[in-house]
Amino acid sequence: MAKVRLLVGTHKGAFVLTSDERRKQWKVDGPQFAGWDVYHVKGSPADPDRMYAAQSRGWFGQVVQRSDDGGATWEPVSNEFRYEGATSTHKWYDNSDHPYEFLRAWHLEPSLSDPDMVYAGVEDAALFRTTDAGKSWEELPALRTHPTASSWAPGAGGLCLHTIILDKDHPDRIVTAISSAGAFRSDDAGKTWRAINQGLRSNFIPDPDAEVGHCVHHIAMHPSRPNVLFMQKHWDVMRSENSGDTWHEISGNLPTDFGFVIDVHAHEPETIYVVPIKSDSDHFVPDGKLRVYRSRTGGNEWEPLTKGLPQKDCYVNVLRDAMSIDSLESCGVYFGTTAGTVYGSADGGDSWTAIVENLPAVLSVEAQTLS
Amino acid sequence: MIRVELPSNLRTLANVGREVELNVDGPVTQRSVLDALEAAYPMLRGTIRDQVTYRRRAMLRFFACEEDLSDTSIDAPLPDEVATGREPYLVIGAIAGG
Repeated sequence: MAKVRLLVGTHKGAFVLTSDERRKQWKVDGPQFAGWDVYHVKGSPADPDRMYAAQSRGWFGQVVQRSDDGGATWEPVSNEFRYEGATSTHKWYDNSDHPYEFLRAWHLEPSLSDPDMVYAGVEDAALFRTTDAGKSWEELPALRTHPTASSWAPGAGGLCLHTIILDKDHPDRIVTAISSAGAFRSDDAGKTWRAINQGLRSNFIPDPDAEVGHCVHHIAMHPSRPNVLFMQKHWDVMRSENSGDTWHEISGNLPTDFGFVIDVHAHEPETIYVVPIKSDSDHFVPDGKLRVYRSRTGGNEWEPLTKGLPQKDCYVNVLRDAMSIDSLESCGVYFGTTAGTVYGSADGGDSWTAIVENLPAVLSVEAQTLS
Repeated sequence: MIRVELPSNLRTLANVGREVELNVDGPVTQRSVLDALEAAYPMLRGTIRDQVTYRRRAMLRFFACEEDLSDTSIDAPLPDEVATGREPYLVIGAIAGG
């Protein structure tokens, strides 16, 4: 019988939630790395029991952990993220020049084929890679030294590279997103990069259509159609048909188009999910109602999914890496809130249950489908 | 034998108790103690001081014998009480929580 395993990163540790394919009863293990921020935990597609966790704290900096047994045991690996070459600068909040300095890893993206290879998106924004299962990290410096990089400025969460998308059909392609610089794509395994922000409009920058400066919150892709990308921007939900070369808005009838998460159904490439958030001032869901919105048309036409979700007095947020899907026949959808509840749907979002409540604030959720 | 007391998050990371004991060759300084600590517990590298500059992480302090040694030279000899193990060398996380 198939199993689903959810890897949950929180502000105070990591949790592993497991269930059989019915997804009715869940076992909760954790916390691992208690007391630490765990921004992200993700398993290798090539070996699901190989996992990597990004663990950090303001006091103690960054730690990276690796598990070779499905999260039962963990081993610290290298935490040395050293920018290559001379220190460059980016813009600070007051528009002064600020030297790049490593603060933390936000996102770990294991290779689709090699369990020992992992990409790390970090703050201040840069892309690192290990090819030896975390024993060492090397920067892919062409992104941080992109001609526009000196003009990148942090969003409220910092200048973070938080999204990394790999493409099995184009092994040298990497799509990344940086708050608040925008989206970038490499077609040569990270040797060169181009900004892919044409069509984005951001009214909080002097030139709303500028090449960079856009606060992209998350990007999702269905592996069967890698040229189609979906983006939750600070404001606006966007779609690209050409791997990010151009974007158009698909916010349609959403009650608000601010938000963080976006994801795609495992078997229906035109079915996408977002969780609208009231605004960038009020980082909680509108009207006290926690609603996932689903589009079955690839955007513009959205329906609220509310069955099983709190519909009054709810003021939570769902952060950018805190939604994931499984690949069972009836697609499971999962997300975690800043109030520490992980919700799951075993029917593509039609109905939801709280898998676990009262965890620390959830930073990330990754689903693994295990045979 | 040098005694080093660690904050709880680092004890968990290194899988040790409140205090660890270290042998330090040569002069007992903050640098040599931290070198010995990181050699014995490599998972602590980067969590107490920067791996490149060796600067103390901003939200940590180093105490011994009721003195704050955080801003003294890392190559200055530590007090005899620390060098002989009568007193621990304390790695302290800045207070938080209210």
